[in-house]
Amino acid sequence: MLRESGQREVFCGLTSIVWLHRRMPDAFFLVVGSRTCAHLIQSAAGVMIFAEPRFGTAILGERDLAGLADANEELDRLVAQLLERRPEIRTLFLVGSCPSEVIKLDLAKAAERLNRQHSGRVTVLNYSGSGIETTFTQGEDGALQALIPLMPASEQAQLLIVGTLADAVEDRLISLFHRLGIERVACLPPRRSTELPAVGPGTRLLLAQPFLSGTARALIDRGAELIRAPYPFGVEGSRAWMAAAAAAFGLAPAGVAEVLDPLVERGQRALAPHRQTLAGRRLFLMPDSQLEIPLARFLSRECGMDLVEVGTPYLDRQLMAEELALLPAGTQLSEGQHVENQLQRLRQARPDLVVCGLGLANPLEADGIATKWSIELVFSPIHGIDQAADLAELFARPLRRHASLHFS
Amino acid sequence: MDLTLWTYEGPPHVGALRIAASMEGVHYVLHAPQGDTYADLLFTMIERRDRRPPVTYTTFQARDLGGDTAELVKRSIAEAVQRFQPEALLVGESCTAELIQDQPGALAAGMDLGGIPVVNLELPAYSKKENWGAAETFYQLVRGLLRAEVPPPGSPRPDPARWRQEGRRPRLNLLGPGLLGFRCRDDVREISQLLGSYGIDVGVVAPLGARPADLLRIPTADANVCLYPEVAGPLCSWLERQFGMTTVRTVPIGIGATLDFLREVHRLLDLELPADLQTGADGRCAAERRSQLPWYSRSVDSTYLTGKRVFVFGDATHAIAAARIASRELGFQVVGLGSYSREQAREVRAAAAALGLEALISDDYLTVEAAIAAASPELVLGTQMERHSAKRLGIPCAVISTPLHVQDVPARYAPQMGFEGANVIFDSWVHPLMMGLEEHLIGMFRHDFEFVDGHRSHLGDGTATPTNLASNTASDTDPSAGSCRWSADGEAELAKIPFFVRGKVRRNTETYARERGLALIDSEALYEAKAHFSR
Repeated sequence: MLRESGQREVFCGLTSIVWLHRRMPDAFFLVVGSRTCAHLIQSAAGVMIFAEPRFGTAILGERDLAGLADANEELDRLVAQLLERRPEIRTLFLVGSCPSEVIKLDLAKAAERLNRQHSGRVTVLNYSGSGIETTFTQGEDGALQALIPLMPASEQAQLLIVGTLADAVEDRLISLFHRLGIERVACLPPRRSTELPAVGPGTRLLLAQPFLSGTARALIDRGAELIRAPYPFGVEGSRAWMAAAAAAFGLAPAGVAEVLDPLVERGQRALAPHRQTLAGRRLFLMPDSQLEIPLARFLSRECGMDLVEVGTPYLDRQLMAEELALLPAGTQLSEGQHVENQLQRLRQARPDLVVCGLGLANPLEADGIATKWSIELVFSPIHGIDQAADLAELFARPLRRHASLHFS
Repeated sequence: MDLTLWTYEGPPHVGALRIAASMEGVHYVLHAPQGDTYADLLFTMIERRDRRPPVTYTTFQARDLGGDTAELVKRSIAEAVQRFQPEALLVGESCTAELIQDQPGALAAGMDLGGIPVVNLELPAYSKKENWGAAETFYQLVRGLLRAEVPPPGSPRPDPARWRQEGRRPRLNLLGPGLLGFRCRDDVREISQLLGSYGIDVGVVAPLGARPADLLRIPTADANVCLYPEVAGPLCSWLERQFGMTTVRTVPIGIGATLDFLREVHRLLDLELPADLQTGADGRCAAERRSQLPWYSRSVDSTYLTGKRVFVFGDATHAIAAARIASRELGFQVVGLGSYSREQAREVRAAAAALGLEALISDDYLTVEAAIAAASPELVLGTQMERHSAKRLGIPCAVISTPLHVQDVPARYAPQMGFEGANVIFDSWVHPLMMGLEEHLIGMFRHDFEFVDGHRSHLGDGTATPTNLASNTASDTDPSAGSCRWSADGEAELAKIPFFVRGKVRRNTETYARERGLALIDSEALYEAKAHFSR
């Protein structure tokens, strides 16, 4: 296990807004930050297809820096303006940024104040997506934690799936849980920000994403019980994930096998052609989305890839315990980043495929190394047994492409 | 505090990054938190660069703030210098680092870096933007490198015609082209060839492809061409003041501007004006024929371009140039002109006033979209933002300026400047309009048997079906669109009107009917309205 510090080629938590705002179309994400924050989200999102997106940046100016009292007044004015223009907004997230944290603009207080001003119309919440505190996917962890105090209490037995999933994947997983015999299944975040699931001692919590440490802790504090499982990537991981939930509800393994085994068989059949492309190829994962460890487990165990190095922005050993146990013995892990040193290791190792961010992909391709952009992994439907082949295909495609191009 | 959804420009340190990434042998150490490395993908993705921009980010975190972030800066500088061995080092900070006041420039000045030139960039992130940052960085870098070369006050200005005494060809620098600019790479090639064809050499091209040592040669040229004022304006003014170097200010985009540019260059360099740049009795000059644009524009096929309503928005340089080409060289009617470049607002306002318009100076794309909708143009010439707005409004659009998209960095040679640039402009502005016209033709012929239900296209299945062709033109025939009802004879009369004005006649007639309180529009009402609006 290598621990590194230095330049990090990783987005900050603000980037999570790009998928969170699509998940909850009645919510608005207002970053309180600088022009850099606005430019980051716009560049990370890549396209500007929405007339008026459900996110924006309140850009701090010199006057706001000079006096915090003014900054708060300005924020109130801006929020009032925004709500007038966008009456459909039900939940407003004030998202803290590096500059707002450094000048100690108290967004929790601002949210309280704005809740009073606009009570009955909109709920105002706050969390931090700042780069000095959060990396990339951690932004979702912050946003979900902001929702937890609003969740009603209930002692009813239920399965709570936590982490943004593609709508179609979520529907599929819920129907499978029903078939397994779990009747009540709820999701966080919900599709409408105002329809929050309940939580309490009867809640069993199943994480769909591996980057929700704070959310998991906060739900446990509300009485939920965490189901320990690998994450639902690949056939094996998804089966284990669902089986762990079934076990937590005391369902007999035989019944679980009856439902899942045909899916597993089909999933493995779909996976087989991609395994042919991937098997024996050497994989290097740069730290980025926090999905690196579960993906490495999937790509090595189910697709036969050799792991050169598995980077992760940070390692939560508790939430990764089941995943780490499944990694091949002696896998080189690295936590944090010193990008120059890491690239030096990478160039020495000459892997066949690198999972990395958009800033690094083309320079590596120019060196003849195939890459897979990690940001696609947080936008694509990749969870569950039925998606295992699609997930493998994302990694097989760059290799197939490399093999298919000839210019002489 | 301002609410921003999408922005035309990034923060000023991204402008500095553009200068560093455009050059060779320059490295930029940026004091910045995690996340600011997103700027790398602007270069590796939009420009498809095959290498990372030459920048080292200190990546400080919350836990560093209690400790010694200054030490982190120094460590990053030392490491970057050792690893990259730059010929010049830029040191600066992003918005958050500006707040913690570590003063990385001062820290670098106190370090032993083996004598490489260090430029301290102070780019106020809370009041300035990307283009300003690029211009300031370019200026500070050249000023820093040339400081020792500045002639003492009172020195005579160098003669721009001194090439003659020195027995060489005249020589110009091209200042301003860089990465993430609009077609800069191809503009440099075009303008270099153009100047070469008149016996003029290009000295330094910067920042694109230049090394710090090249910048030292700037004063050896006879004059500077300020190719992109957004980036090179302040530097050219400084070179004028300190080195007495003349600046060519005309930006050669479009036929007229290219001819003006060449004439200005000849005058400044004391070159005799060649015959092909002299205007004949017919008001034309021979050099025009080096581009197809003048003839294509005069050809009968272009008659349909006459008076097309065009809305122009972009950086100041490209917007002003586009307005001139549109109004004078293509025979369009410019119905809106604006820019997000506040630094050049005066020039944009003057260009708009000359067209009888009030310039729109704004960096709020929603304001721009509203202005486009209000002007109801037939073509939008804008940035990537306007491309999206125009798509929503259903108006054809060509991109003429940054901010850009990967598709605005074409593989083929596609300059905007010079005679070839004029060709590219003709094609890329007129084609979206032709596509619009084709759609109308489909609407016009939709009653012909080829479009009758069930008829198979010669392309086979999977092409446009009669159903969706009809739905494309539904707004043209749907009487429920307005609040007034059309009588059968009114509809019949409307259907006889040529397709390309039918929509406008319908709108005008309905407006007229509403104003008069007519509930039913018959053929008489239609002719009443026609007479009313033709006055």
